[in-house]
Amino acid sequence: MLTARSLTFSVAGKTLVDSVNLEVRAGEMVALLGPNGAGKSTLLKMLCGQSRPTSGSVLFENRELGQWPPRELARRRAVLPQSSAVPFEFTALEIVLLGRSPHGDASACGDMARRAMEKTESLHLADRTVTTLSGGEMQRVQLARVLVQIGLDGGAPRCLMLDEPISNLDPAHQHSALQIARELAGDGAAVLVVLHDLNLAAQYATRLVLMKAGRIVTDGTPAEVLTEERIGEVFGVRATVVRNPRCDAPAVFVGL
Amino acid sequence: MIMAGLGLGLVATVVASLCIGAVKIPLGDVVAALVGDGLAAKLGLPDNAAYDKVFWQLRMPRILLGFLVGGALSVAGVLMQGMFRNPLADPALIGASSGGALGAVFVIVLANRIFPDIPQLSDLRLLPLAAFAGALLVTGIVQRLSNVGGYTAVATLLLVGVAINALANSVIGLATFLSTDAQLRALSFWTLGSLGGADWRVVSLCAPFCLALIVLAPIWGGALNAIALGEAEAGHLGFSVEKVKMILIVLTAAGVGASVAFTGIILFVGLVVPHLMRTMIGPDHRWLIPGAALLGAIVLIGSDTLARTLFAPAEIPIGVITAGFGTPFFLFMLLRQRRRALWG
Repeated sequence: MLTARSLTFSVAGKTLVDSVNLEVRAGEMVALLGPNGAGKSTLLKMLCGQSRPTSGSVLFENRELGQWPPRELARRRAVLPQSSAVPFEFTALEIVLLGRSPHGDASACGDMARRAMEKTESLHLADRTVTTLSGGEMQRVQLARVLVQIGLDGGAPRCLMLDEPISNLDPAHQHSALQIARELAGDGAAVLVVLHDLNLAAQYATRLVLMKAGRIVTDGTPAEVLTEERIGEVFGVRATVVRNPRCDAPAVFVGL
Repeated sequence: MIMAGLGLGLVATVVASLCIGAVKIPLGDVVAALVGDGLAAKLGLPDNAAYDKVFWQLRMPRILLGFLVGGALSVAGVLMQGMFRNPLADPALIGASSGGALGAVFVIVLANRIFPDIPQLSDLRLLPLAAFAGALLVTGIVQRLSNVGGYTAVATLLLVGVAINALANSVIGLATFLSTDAQLRALSFWTLGSLGGADWRVVSLCAPFCLALIVLAPIWGGALNAIALGEAEAGHLGFSVEKVKMILIVLTAAGVGASVAFTGIILFVGLVVPHLMRTMIGPDHRWLIPGAALLGAIVLIGSDTLARTLFAPAEIPIGVITAGFGTPFFLFMLLRQRRRALWG
């Protein structure tokens, strides 16, 4: 559904992303991993059309991003920002309903918005003004917004991109946010998520993509990607990998 | 509901402003003049021709100008605050007003000094166009300079605004120095603003620019709501943010430029009215923009009525009134925002 063809991004003579090829298919939840400065965010920005690649192209549904009418694209593909402050006193519900603006049917979507907020455990915040929300509360409201944007119930091909969606969340909400993303993939959406936590990535993603210095090092199932040598080599740490007793996924312990 | 209230408030303000002044016009005569001769006769309202000149030649154009300028400045305030994602932005603070003043000064004083062979350059009809160009140029520069990676750097924004305002004042000062007595009078109101220059010609020159801003701006209310999430986020929601910003800057420059050209720099209306409106109906720009237009008209017509009656027959500049009420309000808002930053 989402295809990157030899994407390269250079600025001031430095190549931040170097000829990356990537395919995110419907039903997949792909986690993008890598140390700081590996080029994950730069890659994500190009994949969502926020910045233009120096060379290469991004296709959504076999059509170049630039060829999509912006509104039509926005109905099928949502992007959750890392964190964002809203300067005016909108209520949380109003923020969630902004997700419907590409569809132009916000006034008819109160129920859908409430269901999305219930999913992200933010329904009790519906009438609060967002300027009073904590970082974690805001993150859950924003997650509800992007869910509402691409619709809660299947239908047309959908894609969700999340940039470190759990950075402000406590453990329970980290798991529920990733669970929601995983269910979305189960419903046939393509999900791409930038993560730092290797264990959460191993637990929820169907595929891991490991980046270092602007290139993809490996791309495969959690068990294929998360080996002790590779983690050591990419992150510069000593790693021990065991089987996660809670689920069938590798669990990683690291130290220096 | 609130819109209806604002509409009624505007009508009441207009009627009161028509009655009050150096010459007092009785309410009956005002209503008679408003509804027209035929209907007034049917209703048995007085028909006093003595008031006609004051009513039609002095007060009516002045009130219409107040409506246009108050509405334009307030809508411009909403657009700037929404676009810069900062509730402290204001067309004067970020230099749009000074830019407009620069363009206007050029037409009034400098044009016939620099290009004495082209008298057409000093034509009054060029005034709103020149002010529009000046406002557009300055707002564009400020917007470009203060934008860092898709977000507005507020400190830079305010510093650039201060610098531009200082530059504009120095040029206006230079023009004052060079101007003749008649030109000087035309310039003097720029520091504090006045609706005193209103006549039908001014109203008709000002109207297209101000109305373009007031009437068209609500179209982009939904886009401004999305921009509140961030420019990138609005882009992901399917809005062409750069295009929207460009349109809004052009509309703002048109309305603010024309306003400044004929009434001088009227401070704080563009800042305070959007805030009052936000506390009344919330931050949704689709309602905020028309609401601010109505409230801005009420505030400016009301302030102007005070300005011309407090020390009648002498007039005080309208800026004395708007800044007098606006400054304490502005400080109060700053304090409130600081408190929220500390404990929020």
